[in-house]
Order: sequence, then structure tokens, then C-alpha cells
Amino acid sequence: MQITSPQFKENARIALTDVGLQKALGNVKNGFPQKRANAVKRLPEFDQLRDQGRDLKNHIIANLDIYLEEFEANVIKNGGHVHWCRTSEDARQTILKICQDKGAKTVTKGKSMVTEEINLNEYLEANGITPVETDLGEYILQLRGEHPSHIIAPAIHLNLEDVSETFHAHHHKPKSMDPAVLMQEAREELRARFVAADVGITGANFLVAETGSSIIVTNEGNGDLTQTLPKTHIVVTSIEKVVPTLEDMTLFLRLLARSATGQEFTVYNTLSTGPKRPEDQDGPEDYHVVLVDNGRSDMVGGELQEMLRCIRCAACMNHCPVYGSIGGHSYGWVYPGPMGSVLTPQMIGIEKAALLPNASTFCGKCESVCPVHIPLPKLMRHWRKNEFERHLTPKAARWGIKTWAFFAKRPTLYRLLSQTSNRMLRLLGGKKGRIHKLPVVSGWTDHREMPAPSSKTFMQQWNEKQKAGH
Amino acid sequence: MLDNNKQPVIGLFVTCLADLYRPEVVFASIKLLEAAGCRVEVPQGQTCCGQPAFNTGDFSNTADIARLTITALEGYEYVVGPSGSCIGMLHHYPELFQPEDPWHARAQALKARAFEITSFLVDVLQFSNIKSQFKGQVTYHDSCSGLRELGIKQQPRALLAQIEGVELTEMEESETCCGFGGTFCVKYADISNRMVGNKTENVAKTGASTLLGGDLGCLLNMAGKLQREGKDVQVRHIVEVLADELSYPALGESAYHLGKSL
Repeated sequence: MQITSPQFKENARIALTDVGLQKALGNVKNGFPQKRANAVKRLPEFDQLRDQGRDLKNHIIANLDIYLEEFEANVIKNGGHVHWCRTSEDARQTILKICQDKGAKTVTKGKSMVTEEINLNEYLEANGITPVETDLGEYILQLRGEHPSHIIAPAIHLNLEDVSETFHAHHHKPKSMDPAVLMQEAREELRARFVAADVGITGANFLVAETGSSIIVTNEGNGDLTQTLPKTHIVVTSIEKVVPTLEDMTLFLRLLARSATGQEFTVYNTLSTGPKRPEDQDGPEDYHVVLVDNGRSDMVGGELQEMLRCIRCAACMNHCPVYGSIGGHSYGWVYPGPMGSVLTPQMIGIEKAALLPNASTFCGKCESVCPVHIPLPKLMRHWRKNEFERHLTPKAARWGIKTWAFFAKRPTLYRLLSQTSNRMLRLLGGKKGRIHKLPVVSGWTDHREMPAPSSKTFMQQWNEKQKAGH
Repeated sequence: MLDNNKQPVIGLFVTCLADLYRPEVVFASIKLLEAAGCRVEVPQGQTCCGQPAFNTGDFSNTADIARLTITALEGYEYVVGPSGSCIGMLHHYPELFQPEDPWHARAQALKARAFEITSFLVDVLQFSNIKSQFKGQVTYHDSCSGLRELGIKQQPRALLAQIEGVELTEMEESETCCGFGGTFCVKYADISNRMVGNKTENVAKTGASTLLGGDLGCLLNMAGKLQREGKDVQVRHIVEVLADELSYPALGESAYHLGKSL
């Protein structure tokens, strides 16, 4: 997909005036956070589970190689295959080869952000294989030629009218505004695709080392059809998804469902453990796991290590007032919101993603709802530091902060600067007590008045009083 | 509760915006601390907490400013300031130094002694003798740093509850960011504008005539937006109401109609 992160500000400006998008974003704001809050209220030990989740993830990351090798050994023992892919390109080629070896023409897909990350669909299409998205949201987006704007609710930026028009244009059926009718249409369209697919590709929410299983959670059941009907099942996922045991997995499932949608448990939790055995009635004949690194192993032991705890619940973006204002596409690549502002620079380079870690007030809401306590503001600040050190911070901001710091390190000069600013602002404020337009801070006065100081600086007044002997 | 026989000595952390925009907030803080039995001093070596540099990623200048601030505020039993954001920044100081660096221990010591004013009055002093003639319907914005870094939520409400004339109406989403975010409001002006617009809408819906908060950055942002929108809500820092320091106009209001000169 085309990266538009360098145009973040322009993207945001357009998004803010997009009436349909703004209406759809209202649904995010009013939906997910309330559902999560209710779910958390019903589980008094939720915060203890979060602590456990954080600690367990830290343990896993510290022993990532061991658990991945255990996982691999068990997949092989079950008759499956594991492919280690350092880059997106490695992963794409590996997946294409498996598909070509099977003579595949169509591939059904369960929802997977890692396949978005490696740009799989375009690659398969370019090589004559048709990918069919089967998650309802992803299916709608595929018809529209769009990418997800949210990691668990990919089409959250759309409204009912949009879906109605899209289906009408592609399904050649009477236009309907009834969600149940639209759902039925999608179902009918997809059933035939499920049966015809040569290969099914899914992601994985977790990989279980002790059994060599992968698990996907969905609310639609499309993942089950994707991975059981075709003769070949390919799991495309990233290395940090591994957990030691089934019991560990259940801890994260409890955290994930509540944090993501406010459900106590996701509707379908489907484990895949190798290909079909002789006694099984259904299932794939071949089972492949494509493990994608794509910069993640470089995060181990570094300042971004904590980001590897992420279980992709989307709570951070659901609660983010910036995401809530502009939506996911403004961020310009696969992962939006706070988690994306940390991850995207790692994956596409900080030069292209420089605006993202700065697009935060550091309000801290994301960190406060993260099920595994990722300090997202701290990690975004890490990128700002990186930008400052590499001179990627815009010149004006860099010069501004250095000049300001020169004064801030010299108390007497700083007082003088404050007094001068105070006096100027009071003069500009005049009789009204506020400033209507001030070109040096037009970002402020384009949208708001600037209150003028109410009197001389405190330090001035205080020191005058001290001298006068009060 | 403090030992009654011992008068605690407070090093007041003035904070830049209060110094520059709203000196009355500092005087009101001193009045409250003195009413609570403290002796207040204003350390002259202080400037800014360094947050603008920290959040721009200029860690080298941040550390320099931190060393200056730590030195200026040493020797005081407590350090108190009228801002959750600036005091929250003092709490970040240990992150700036390696554990083996002697400055790390000094930063830790400052962190342990540094309090935002409403939290200090309630959590440390357990002060319950607020005397204010203020009368009116107010709503309270929970500023992000105070709320999420320092756990300030009930303290300002507990203090306001001691004033007979205060009627507090909570706004929807009082814990959602107002869009100020330091330089964010200028660098990402369009997004910030949307966020503060959401906020002023929620403020207006309460019908309150006064909006209170504990951080001047947020208060200046919201006051400026309310005035631009022509919404008739007065904006003040909570300590002005708590200390009954109300003889001067609210943020961004004219002093002239009160018969005062600059």
C-alpha cells in the first residue's frame, strides 16, 4: 500500500472536514470505550490480570528464541511446516511459493494485519492469484479498494450508506439499507468463495509453544471456514505472538476480548494444531506457519522492547482523542493510533513517519487502558528524541527549543524574558484582556483567543514585595 | 497529618504559565498553604520544569534544566506547585539520569517531595478548612498529567465540597484531553482545535457559569476557545476559588469593567 505518513497533517486536515468519516468516528467514541469500561467493571481482578499479562509478556520476550523454537518443534511434530521470514519480501515470496506449489488460483483470507503489513494481497494479485477477504469489514474494503483504518474493526470509518452503495455496485442486487439483508448478501457471495478456495490464509492472535497450535479469534466464524475448508492452511503471523502454554493463552484471551470489544470472550476462538489427522473429519491437508520478523527482533533489548508486549486489542486507538478526531487512514500506513505511532517508525523508517510520534498530547489515556501496560507516551517520546538527535525535528522547532532552553538554564535571563513577554502580551491584550490575532502563534489564534496576562509576572511582584519588606 | 508543632517549609514551584499569565494563581496558592499552617518560600534559582524540551526530544537540555531545578528546590521539606503537568514533569526527572549517576538519587528525592497543590492540601495536610465566599455553578476539567501521572481526581472535588456556595456539575468526558498538549496545539492546530471544540461543547452542556481546573495550559486553551465561540463561561484555576481570590477578572476577561488599570 502507498505510504502517506509524511502527509499526516494534510490527511488529518481533510479527515476533520469529512462529514461521513466524522459521523463514523462518533460510533468509535461512543461504542468501544463504554463497552470496555462495562466489561472491566464486571471483572474486579482485571487490573491484576493486566499486571500478569505484562509480566508474562516480559518473560516471553526475554526468552523469545526458546519459545519460538519449542513452537516450531511442536508444529513439525504435528506434521506442519514453519517458515522463518526476516523481511516482508521473504514472507511474500514464501507464501507465494506455497500457493504456486499447490497450483492455487484463489485464496480465502481471515483478517490479518500482518498480511497488510507485508502487502500480501497486491503481491498475490500481481502473481495471478486472487485473494478474497472473508472478514465482513475486510470484504467491504476489498470491494472498495481500501485498506483497514482500524486494527480490529477495519471498516469502522464507513457508514451504513457506504456499505449499501458498495454492495449495490458489486452484487448487482437491489439497494438495501437493512444490515441483516446486507449481511445475508455478503454471506451468499462468500460461501461459494470459501468452497472454491485452494488455500486459506489466516493470521494468529497467539501461537502456543507447548502444543504447536495457532489460535484466531473472530466474531463472524469466517476464520474457521478459511482455515478448515481449503486443502492448505497458511498462518501468517509475527514472532512476538508466541506464548508458552494453553493456560497462558487463556490469560491473554481474557484481556484481549475485554480490552478490544468489551466482550467477556470472543465468539469464535479457534485453535489449529497441524494438518488434518486420519481420524479428523475435516481440516487442511497442509499446515504452514509463516513467522514474520520485519524489524521486531531488532526491538528486543532496545528502547522499544515494551512495544512487543502488544496484543493488538486496539484499546489505545479506541480511547485516543487524536485517533477519534481524524480516524486511522490519516496515519498513512497499516497501524494507526498510539500503537501505530510507535510501531510505524520502526517498520517504515522514522524519516517517513516522523510526524506520527509527535501527533500526541501525551494525555496518557492509551497507556491507562493498555491491557499489558505499554508506556506508549514514553515510547513516542523515544522517537521524538531519536528525531531530535538525527536532526529530523523541523528546523524552526529545533531552533525554538534550543533558544528557549538557553534562557531556561539562566534564571536571571529567564526572568527578564518572562517580564518582557508578559509586558508585550498585556499591551497586545489591551483593554479586552485577550489577543484576537497573533501571527507568530497563528496555530493558536486561528482557532481561539489568547488570554493576556492579568498583571506583572509573579516573580516581579513577589520580589518587589520582598524588597518593600512585606 | 503533619506534626502540629512543626511548621512545614514549602519551596514553591511557581511554574512558567502562572508566573507569566496568572500571578494571582501563585498568590492564591501561597495563601492556601499559609492558611494550612505552612511557611512558604520562593526559591529564586528556579525557571521551568523543562517539559517543552523533554517532549520535543531534546533530552540533553532537559537534563541541564532538571539539574538546575533539583538544585534550586533542594533543602525544602516539600515542593508544591499549582500544576499537575509541571509537578508531573518533576516526577519524570529520575528517568533522565542513569541509576549510578548521583543526580538520579537527587531526582528521586525531589520526586518524593514534590506535590501538586490540591493533592498536597488533601493527601499530605488533610486540610479541611477552606474558606471561600464563592457562589456559583462550576464544572471541573481533569487535566491529563495530574489525573494520570499523579492520581489527582478526588482531591480538587474534596476541597470544592467544603465551599457552601459551590454547586459542581460534572461534564461528560471530564477526563478527555482538551487538546492543549504544549506545542501540540500549535504544531497540530487543526486536530487540537477539534479536541478543544469537543471540550467546550461538553462544558457548555453542563450550564455551569465557571469552568475550573488545575493546569493553566489547559485553562488558557479552553478559555480562549470558549471566548472565540462566544460561550459565556468564566475560566479560573481552582486555587483562585479555594483561596477566595476572585477580585480580578477570570482568564482572558477584561480588567476594565471592574474599574482596574493594567
